[in-house]
Amino acid sequence: MFENLSDRLGDSLHKLRGRGRITEDNVRETLREVRLALLEADVALPVVKQFVEDIRERAVGAEVLRSLTPGQALIKIVQEELTRTLGEENSELNLRAKPPAVVLMAGLQGAGKTTSVGKLARHLRERQKKKVMVVSCDTYRPAAIDQLKRVAEQVQVDFFPSSADDKPVAIAKAALAQARKSFHDVLIVDTAGRLAIDEPMMQEISALHGQLEPAETLFVVDAMTGQDAARTAAAFGEALPLTGVVVTKVDGDARGGAALSVRQVTGKPIKFLGTGEKLEALEPFHPERIASRILGMGDVLTLVEEAERKVDKDKAARLARKIKKGKGFDLNDLADQMRQMQEMGGMAALLDKMPGGAQLPKGAAGMADETQITRTIAIVNSMTPHERQFPDLIKSSRKRRIATGSGTQVQDVNRLLKQHLQMQKMMKKFSKGGMKKLMRGMQGMGGMPPGGGLPPGFGR
Amino acid sequence: MAEKHATTAYSRFKNPGFVTRLRARINRGDSWLTYDLRNLLPGDRVDQDAIDELETQLLLADIGVDATQQVIGRLQTLFDGGKLYKPVELGRALREHLGSILAPCDGPLEIPDDVRPFVILMVGVNGVGKTTTIGKVAAHLKNQGKSVMLAAGDTFRAAAVEQLQEWGRRNSVPVIAQPTGSDPASVGYDALAAARARNTDVLIVDTAGRLHTQGHLMDELKKVRRVLGKQDDTAPHEVLLVVDATTGGNALQQAQQFHEAVGVTGLAVTKLDGTARGGVVFAIAQKLKLPIRFIGVGEGVDDLGPFDSEAFMSALYGDK
Ligand SMILES: Nc1nc2c(ncn2[C@@H]2O[C@H](COP(=O)(O)OP(=O)(O)OP(=O)(O)O)[C@@H](O)[C@H]2O)c(=O)[nH]1
Ligand SMILES: Nc1nc2c(ncn2[C@@H]2O[C@H](COP(=O)(O)OP(=O)(O)O)[C@@H](O)[C@H]2O)c(=O)[nH]1
Ligand SMILES: [Mg+2]
Ligand SMILES: [Mg+2]
Repeated sequence: MFENLSDRLGDSLHKLRGRGRITEDNVRETLREVRLALLEADVALPVVKQFVEDIRERAVGAEVLRSLTPGQALIKIVQEELTRTLGEENSELNLRAKPPAVVLMAGLQGAGKTTSVGKLARHLRERQKKKVMVVSCDTYRPAAIDQLKRVAEQVQVDFFPSSADDKPVAIAKAALAQARKSFHDVLIVDTAGRLAIDEPMMQEISALHGQLEPAETLFVVDAMTGQDAARTAAAFGEALPLTGVVVTKVDGDARGGAALSVRQVTGKPIKFLGTGEKLEALEPFHPERIASRILGMGDVLTLVEEAERKVDKDKAARLARKIKKGKGFDLNDLADQMRQMQEMGGMAALLDKMPGGAQLPKGAAGMADETQITRTIAIVNSMTPHERQFPDLIKSSRKRRIATGSGTQVQDVNRLLKQHLQMQKMMKKFSKGGMKKLMRGMQGMGGMPPGGGLPPGFGR
Repeated sequence: MAEKHATTAYSRFKNPGFVTRLRARINRGDSWLTYDLRNLLPGDRVDQDAIDELETQLLLADIGVDATQQVIGRLQTLFDGGKLYKPVELGRALREHLGSILAPCDGPLEIPDDVRPFVILMVGVNGVGKTTTIGKVAAHLKNQGKSVMLAAGDTFRAAAVEQLQEWGRRNSVPVIAQPTGSDPASVGYDALAAARARNTDVLIVDTAGRLHTQGHLMDELKKVRRVLGKQDDTAPHEVLLVVDATTGGNALQQAQQFHEAVGVTGLAVTKLDGTARGGVVFAIAQKLKLPIRFIGVGEGVDDLGPFDSEAFMSALYGDK
């Protein structure tokens, strides 16, 4: 399978090279590849067809900037169009209703509804200081009500008890009355997973909707869903006036084409992404992120943003100057890089955002986990400035001293020195362009360097 | 799995009414394959358009780009060689090719009578139907006169233990559990000790859903597996990966990575009762050739049956 669109387009791009304008002819083959790439990313076929048609219309006749090949120009159009289609970023919940504002959750079995109730409740309570109550109308799945009860405890919101012997509509009614009486701002209603073709169950959820008159009716969909996403979303959209979408399990390696399908088919904004099992793992939706992911380009954009926001520009510039001057990458620099990485949520968070769960070169991978980073910084802190600048000086007695000083073992110091050596080599390789160029290369679809990407800050 | 000896007796999972149920559920009335074929091929001649359109239908069924290209490639060769004239010939050729992808996956779960307890470890990503499948399998084994025990190895998700306990109650089957947050490997160990002590026929170990990309959670699963092997080095006898039929291309990643981590010996494909068209079964079959032990077509205990490629093809084609 092709890792990303640029791989897939490799051949047909060559053919496009050297022409100044995109024409019907030179674009046909490339668009076929775009179609396959989207299908491989699980975008639903009808959505793919429409999308490719839109691209063709925009692309044919488009002038190609001097700096880009026609192929690159086309990818730029694909990415822009994809981002546009995915919709605005970060639409908050619209709770401007007479309190309690009701949020109703709907979706297939196992999509992540109950977990999302917990995440939203926490989000509203902590970020918006709302008084939140949750209730489960899932009287079918064993222990579903229990599950929500535990989740509510974890996020510290009020739980309206219900029983599997009650009727879902009756539960909803009672919960709403209670929420009104106790002046809750928001009532979030969990429902049982159901198939769109299950008539009685679809009728039940429309009845719930009628009873509750929700301010938000959210369709919850698993990012791993295939072609089925479009059919299911269409059916839920017909049965219920949806107001938004939550895409869950985005923390995996699914390409997430379902997000595009659901957005297109329902026409409703994607409001949140579920990025883990923990109840903090809820993120606002960023269309570029999902677009790059569908195209197999990883979260390069988010990464660039984060890098720009958090990395200490001065230090990075100093490092870049130093490397350019041909000076080595010393242990001070290593410790700086580690600190920056720590600020950015650690290596694991970064790696997650790289295309296809990128892998670091062997030497660097060992530094990936947080405890390693902390340990590395401690070790470097126990060295003298001179030692940091000239690591070659560090022989056995110094190693022992450093280990004792940092509360580590001599082999930890050895490992660090070895890793540093490897990093130094790597730095040399990248010193010519640095991370910025590397990233620009990826965005311009120059493809990933072998072995995946480097975390930002490295090689700047 | 233990070697097959002529002297060893095996018992198989049975669900007599299942084939009828499968037919009714998988197509909800009309078979997509025959329906689409009929509409694709209204005339009496196969043309290039029909083949192109067929490609589309296979992609729509989540058969995946790779497997689709393989099937269409073969049909194209036949067509170009002048061997496909009539729609029925195309239909037959398609069925043959699809069937040949599935055939290697036949292999029902057989429980040797001399392995006791026979240990089944359930694994898979979040929300695919592991716990429900356990409940269904337990019910049927119980009906066949086997003694069954369950281990609540999902110690992470809220009320996952209670969910399995409810299945235990429904089936009058004991459930070994520890509080949420305990070490799943230790739950598995205790359960196996209990099952051995009580001479139970089958022990089924539930686990928390986990994404195959989460290294530490995959390590945890390896540990569960390893610790089960401490009391009986042939355990677990079956590592059953549960895959949701509505999954797209990611199903392949799931299967490959779980297989690498814990050595999957069989698959259960759930939720074939939705509008998913069962294509993921082909996608996995083409890549991995692991036996498919069970398929699930609903939330009730009777909505689970053994996989049989003939019966499955026949249901997809809506044979009467
Ligand atoms: N990795 C990951 N797992 C998630 C996410 N959201 C939910 N889950 C997991 O997915 C599984 C199903 O989640 P639930 O919240 O129970 O889903 P549901 O839609 O309420 O399921 P039913 O009530 O059974 O229909 C659980 O194991 C959750 O922990 C997510 O964003 N990432
Ligand atoms: N429609 C349908 N739903 C299923 C099937 N198998 C399981 N489910 C539902 O899928 C959801 C998740 O199942 P569960 O067993 O909790 O998944 P686990 O997280 O993998 O243990 C539940 O709501 C089940 O009722 C099936 O074959 N068809
Ligand atoms: Mg639920
Ligand atoms: Mg479970």
